[in-house]
Amino acid sequence: MSRWLALASFFLGAGLLIFGAVGVRPFGDPPRAEMDAYFNRYSQPEVAANNAVTAIVFDYRGYDTLGEATVLFTAVSGVALILRRLRK
Amino acid sequence: MTVVVRTITRILLPISLVFGGYVIMHGHLTPGGGFQGGAVAASGLAMVVVAFGASRLAGRKGLLSSLESLGGVAFAALGFLGLGLTFFANVLAGAGGLFGNSVPYGPNPGDLNTAGTLPLMNWAVGFKVLAGLGAVVLLFALFGENHDR
Repeated sequence: MSRWLALASFFLGAGLLIFGAVGVRPFGDPPRAEMDAYFNRYSQPEVAANNAVTAIVFDYRGYDTLGEATVLFTAVSGVALILRRLRK
Repeated sequence: MTVVVRTITRILLPISLVFGGYVIMHGHLTPGGGFQGGAVAASGLAMVVVAFGASRLAGRKGLLSSLESLGGVAFAALGFLGLGLTFFANVLAGAGGLFGNSVPYGPNPGDLNTAGTLPLMNWAVGFKVLAGLGAVVLLFALFGENHDR
């Protein structure tokens, strides 16, 4: 019974993956490129940064980086909280 | 650890710290940035912990965790700097003064004095990641040493 269930879930998952792979667009040809073109054109004049990735990460999506920094802070706080010395 | 590991650590620690500082400093020009450079420098700290033992660095726990908090506060403060327009607006870019040079459009080698708040944010995040990862490695190593004997 569980073997048939495993086999059925395997074929279901594989079918979904193949169904998704059939519809994939060719490499380097995204359906919507307006955002990419905007970053390529305006990251140098607007942010004055040659590294467009840093311009996106710290300027256009700085809020996201703030969240990442919060994740790191939470992880360090958790480690410091759990591994603190209790007595002595 | 053996004298081989200690000697190699003495050679590699300044290299990794300088390279981490370089990656953070040129974050707005070359691949890399605060997170990556901080991780490179933190690998030097991890090397010290492995080679010389965590108990030698046990007194620096407070320094590392306060540096981590300071980096986070500096990053958020630089985000609030642009609050006149929006949160995280880059008010220093292209305005002259500190990191205020503008960049011509197209491929060019770039200038360190550009990109407004981005280099400052890179330094804040770099110190945050360096201190955070260093503190995590140090705390785990101290925990292991206390449980060995």
